[in-house]
Amino acid sequence: MENSQHSNGLKTALPLEGRDAAPTAERSNFPGQVHETPGGGIVLSKLDDIINWARSNSLWPLTFATSCCGIEMMAVASAKYDFSRFGFEVARASPRQADVIIIAGTIVNKMAPVLKRLYDQMADPKYVIAMGACAISGGPFFYNTYSVVKGADHVIPVDVYVAGCPPRPEALLHALISLQEKIKSGKTREQIQVPKPVQAQIKLKK
Amino acid sequence: MVEEIGTTTDGDLIINVGPQHPATHGVLHLVITLNGETIKKVEPHLGYIHRSIEKMCESLSYRQFIYVTSRMDYLSSHINNHGCALCVEKGLQIEVPARAKVIRILMDELTRIASHELWWGAMAMDLGAFTPFFHAFRERETINDIMEETCGARLTMNYMVPGGVMLDIHPNFRQRVHDFIRLFKSKVHEYEEMVTGNIIFQNRMKGVGLLSAEDAISFGCTGPTARGSGVSCDVRKYYPYDGYEQLAFDEVLETAGDSFARYMVRIRELHQSIRIIEQLIDNIPEGDFQAKTKAVLKLPKGEFYQRVETARGEFGVYIVSEGGTTPYRIKFRSPGFSNLSALDHMARGSKLGDLVAMMGTLDLVIPDIDR
Repeated sequence: MENSQHSNGLKTALPLEGRDAAPTAERSNFPGQVHETPGGGIVLSKLDDIINWARSNSLWPLTFATSCCGIEMMAVASAKYDFSRFGFEVARASPRQADVIIIAGTIVNKMAPVLKRLYDQMADPKYVIAMGACAISGGPFFYNTYSVVKGADHVIPVDVYVAGCPPRPEALLHALISLQEKIKSGKTREQIQVPKPVQAQIKLKK
Repeated sequence: MVEEIGTTTDGDLIINVGPQHPATHGVLHLVITLNGETIKKVEPHLGYIHRSIEKMCESLSYRQFIYVTSRMDYLSSHINNHGCALCVEKGLQIEVPARAKVIRILMDELTRIASHELWWGAMAMDLGAFTPFFHAFRERETINDIMEETCGARLTMNYMVPGGVMLDIHPNFRQRVHDFIRLFKSKVHEYEEMVTGNIIFQNRMKGVGLLSAEDAISFGCTGPTARGSGVSCDVRKYYPYDGYEQLAFDEVLETAGDSFARYMVRIRELHQSIRIIEQLIDNIPEGDFQAKTKAVLKLPKGEFYQRVETARGEFGVYIVSEGGTTPYRIKFRSPGFSNLSALDHMARGSKLGDLVAMMGTLDLVIPDIDR
């Protein structure tokens, strides 16, 4: 299997539940069973699984950093931590080309409509990671101030939360891998078709 | 949200850069008036990361408010903390032990190197070169490791407290810093070879974004931005704190006033910071790392001001005390705010493509500007 060898660097990721596949598939996390025949092989899988597997391995993040966590996000992009190992290589400056938005930093009231618009501009399927205490809950300090949104999930839905102020690069890497696992197992918000949550109305001034 | 796309009555084009734009280094929003490709006006819109830090400090004690300042200029978090600690010490007239002073300066200069390295990588990335970013982070991670060992954090250190530093240095600290200096000296020539001497880079930087010395003073520019225009303004030289007066280092000055001069100031400052570290690293005095202070600090009634030199310029802390456990008012003088105000003056008349090069050399940190 050419594909399975190149699939990803996820050697440490846990095997998915209820997937008793052939040894090749287990080793590479490829969703499906390989039946070897003389002179080749047959792969049996579900199309949905293969689409999820492909999506999870090429998530392009939007370069969206509002404050301190953005520096740690840059550190994750640098050579020591290097999130391109997991398919996050191409950081996009435009939301139209991005798959995942990493909210790195505080969201204040003035920024909230911008964040909403960026999220709306992203093409489906789209995923959100809230990085750091500010994006989770308004921060370790800023939760009781007049200008800070108490968590980015008041504005847009969030898939994965990363704790820390700022989180260590390893923590962000873990969040990215968790998101991949979530997509592969078909458990993201879009895949399980949750009813739309009631969100705060933000009026965009024309 | 400001919606100002369109044309003016003169037929000029108005475009927005930001608040989400990779070259604005955060969430700065620029409304640019263009005549063809020539910039007529640049209007920065602030407040996209206004976290009301000054107001919040009024309800925090003199020990607590220092931690919030790490989140302002997060690339110079040690130096921010240093300024706040010095201001409280000035009010309480605490004598800081010699060991703490030396540790503080060492940390300040390591932070300055880390900050300049990140700036160097990010600025080259603004101009379209991606490789310098990886080179810069290679050395920066070494500093982060040193910081992590001693302070427990990589970015927001919260290490300086009124009366000294929070913890003693790690036993490995001295060896690690020596290793870093050796690594840095063997690698820093790559910076020059890769970017400084590059002819494309020089053509984009030289003669672009001119700022005269008079204008730099009138806009209140400090730090490398002003020193690139030949204004001598290093707080470490003019208002030395914690023993900078006993150290041998040069204030880096360039006179051209263009983007390239500001670039060269920062590159040469890297060497000066290494020089300071080399003087101190083997001469850390023995003794306490923290002076004995009361558990609850109460500043006497009055006003206190302390300035320090961050990687971006002069950072000032102004505390008004009514004699209680919390300040009545705190004002931070952030270097980025004044430096940004000069951008309009610099950019007028130049091409849109050069704006990013100018902003890169200002080394803006937006949470520091908005606070």
